Order: sequence, then structure tokens, then C-alpha cells
Amino acid sequence: MITVRNLCVGRGGVALLRSVEFTADSGQMLVLRGPNGVGKTTLLRSLAGLQPAWEGEIAVDPEDIVYAGHQDGIKAQLSVSENLRFWAEVFGFGPIDAALERFGLMALADRPGGALSAGQKRRLGLARLAVSGRRIWLLDEPTVSLDSDSTARFGDIIRAHLKDGGVVIAATHIDLGIEGSVLDLGRWRVTGEDQSGDPFLTEGAF
Amino acid sequence: MKALLIRDIRLAMRAGGGFGLALGFFLIVAVLVPFAVGPHGDLLSAIGPGVLWVGAMLACLLSLDRIFQLDFEDGSLALLATSPIPAEAMVMAKATAHWLTTGLPLVALSPVLAVFFNAAPGAYLWLPVSLLIGTPALSMIGAFGAALTVGLKRGGLLLSLLVLPLYVPTLIFGAELARRGAEGAAVQTPLLLLTGISLASFAALPFAAGLVLRVNLR
Repeated sequence: MITVRNLCVGRGGVALLRSVEFTADSGQMLVLRGPNGVGKTTLLRSLAGLQPAWEGEIAVDPEDIVYAGHQDGIKAQLSVSENLRFWAEVFGFGPIDAALERFGLMALADRPGGALSAGQKRRLGLARLAVSGRRIWLLDEPTVSLDSDSTARFGDIIRAHLKDGGVVIAATHIDLGIEGSVLDLGRWRVTGEDQSGDPFLTEGAF
Repeated sequence: MKALLIRDIRLAMRAGGGFGLALGFFLIVAVLVPFAVGPHGDLLSAIGPGVLWVGAMLACLLSLDRIFQLDFEDGSLALLATSPIPAEAMVMAKATAHWLTTGLPLVALSPVLAVFFNAAPGAYLWLPVSLLIGTPALSMIGAFGAALTVGLKRGGLLLSLLVLPLYVPTLIFGAELARRGAEGAAVQTPLLLLTGISLASFAALPFAAGLVLRVNLR
């Protein structure tokens, strides 16, 4: 469903990862691993189309992708259900009640987004994935600020998504208890003296 | 796109959304100027359309940085950029929401404020008409400026410096339309030019702003 060939990505004018190659098929979970700053977020943002790849190819239908980054995009003045309904309408997908239920937000439905705890905000941010109706979930540290119950619950939700033929690509250090292949980004890391992939320095970049 | 439009209007109306801020500013400017100028009826009615147009422009400028900055800060903008809404439609929806919550109330309030300027009878029709036609351009040009400066810390001042020169044509023809209307002169030329500016900015600027947004989100 998503194939990456010879991909080079960077951030702030510095090449981080080079010659990245992987494939993820329906029902598969990929876990991105690597030390801080190796380029997990950069790779996910490139896959989501937020920043262009320096080189190489990402073969995927952009209509399949939904991205969940560090920030959940929750409006403090809107209630939980208003926040979620907005995203459901943006993605043109069904009702929100099932998603509220699955992420344990039913009791909080009328509470304003500004009054949520960090973990509750994160759950609301992740519930957006369920109302997007998209098949490829790109998750950047999805379990940050979740307690162990919520993490387990989210593991179940991922498992159900994979069973429905979805794909999950996640940067996480927490074991969600899911069979998935681990991609160690360290092997594609661009080392110190080889960071010449700066598009602003190469000729003909414009 | 409709969902985004409704959400932005709702956010503007809720507490801390800034609705009424521009309106209050417009009101204060319109009240202060006659105090400063003094009780000279002829002078006030001569400068009225121009002062009210400058006031509307500054009031509009006041809320521009909210168009994208708040969504950028809480991550919504990046999430929207990966959603099915194209960046151009996002700009269109947000500029429209800005106009509905800023420009349109100014249009509605302007005949009342014209009283403070001892306005000629024609001004009560042509001042609101000129604002109705011109303020959409202010919102769209402003959205383009806001897209350029999104992500900059304290980009508000830079935004004003970028946007105010771009407002000049709208201001010239808007104030001219209001002035000629008030005097009962022929209005066709400024009317057509002002309409042209508004239509052109809505036709072209969403693409420019969409491109700029995508670059700023990298």
C-alpha cells in the first residue's frame, strides 16, 4: 500500500536519512526506531506530504494517509464532540459516537477542549484517526501522556485497524504488544561529513 | 470547506475569539476623530468617508494574525494540510470566515458611525456599499499576508508592514467610491475598479497563499 524507494529526507537544511527503502502492505504495522534526532518525525512528515523528499520516491495514494503528530490540533473553545465532529466532516466520514466510545471520551463529550488533561487531549487527537476513514495511519509518538490503560486500549484499536486491512507506521519506543516489523532508522542515517544533500547548496535547486 | 468555515466562525464568536474586537476598534476611531477635529460640520463631512475607510482597514488588520497563527500553534494547520481540503480552499474558507466576522459587522455599523461625521445623505448608502464591496479584498489580501508570516514569533508587526501597502488600491477606490457617492457624483469608475480588486484578489490570492502556507509548514 505504501512503498518507499531510495528516499532522502532532511530538516533545516541538513540531510538526516538517505536511501530509505521499505514497503508496508495491508494489515501491516511498521515501528520506526532510532535515537533522538535520527529523523523519525522528519520521515513521517515527508510520508504525510508536509515536506518534500530531497530524493527518491514515495509511492502511495495521498488520499489514504492520515497523520498524527506531536500536536493534536484541539481547539480549547470547542467541546470534545465539536472538535471531533469537525474532523469527521473534513474527512467526510461517518458519525463520531463510535470513535468517542472507543477512545473512552463519551463522558467528556460536552467538556471544552481547553479543560482536558494532556492524556485526554491525546485520546481526542487519536480519535481523529478513527473518524478519518483513512487506511494508512502515520503516528508520531502516539502514546505520549497516555496512561497504561489508555495505551492498552489504543493497542487494541490499532490491532482492529490492521485487521480491517489498514497500515500503521508509528514512531514509538513503547511496546504496544502488536506483531509488527521494526525499522531501525540508524542504518540509513547520514553521518557527519556526508550531509551535503542541502537542496539550497546544490546547483539548479530552483 | 464548509466545515472549516463554520468552525472558524464559531471560534471567532466564542470567548477569546476576537469577534467584536475589530468592531470596537472601528467604533473608537470613529468617535475619537470628530473629538480631535472639533465641531466643524463641513470639514467632518469632507473627511468622513476617508477616515472611516482607514478605520475599517486598521480594524481589519487587527485580527489578521489570528487567521492562521492560532491553527499553526496548536498543530491544526499541519493536520488540515494533510486532510482532503486543498490549501487553496482552506485559505478561501478562512478568509471568508474572517470577512463574515470582521468585515460584515463593519459594513453594518458604518451608517451609524457616518452620523458622527455629519455625513451627506448619499453617504448613508454609498459608505456601506463601498465597504461591502471592498472589505472582502481586505480579508483576502490579509489572509495572504497572514500565510506569509505564519510561524514567525511576533509576526504581527511584519504582517502589518507587508499588508498595508497592498491595501492601498482598495483604500483609494473604496474611499473614492464613498466620497463620490456622498457628493452625488458619478460612481461608476471607482465602483467597477473596487469590484475588480475584490474579485481579482479572491480569484488569485488563494493560490498564492496556499503555496506560501505549504512552504511555511515544511
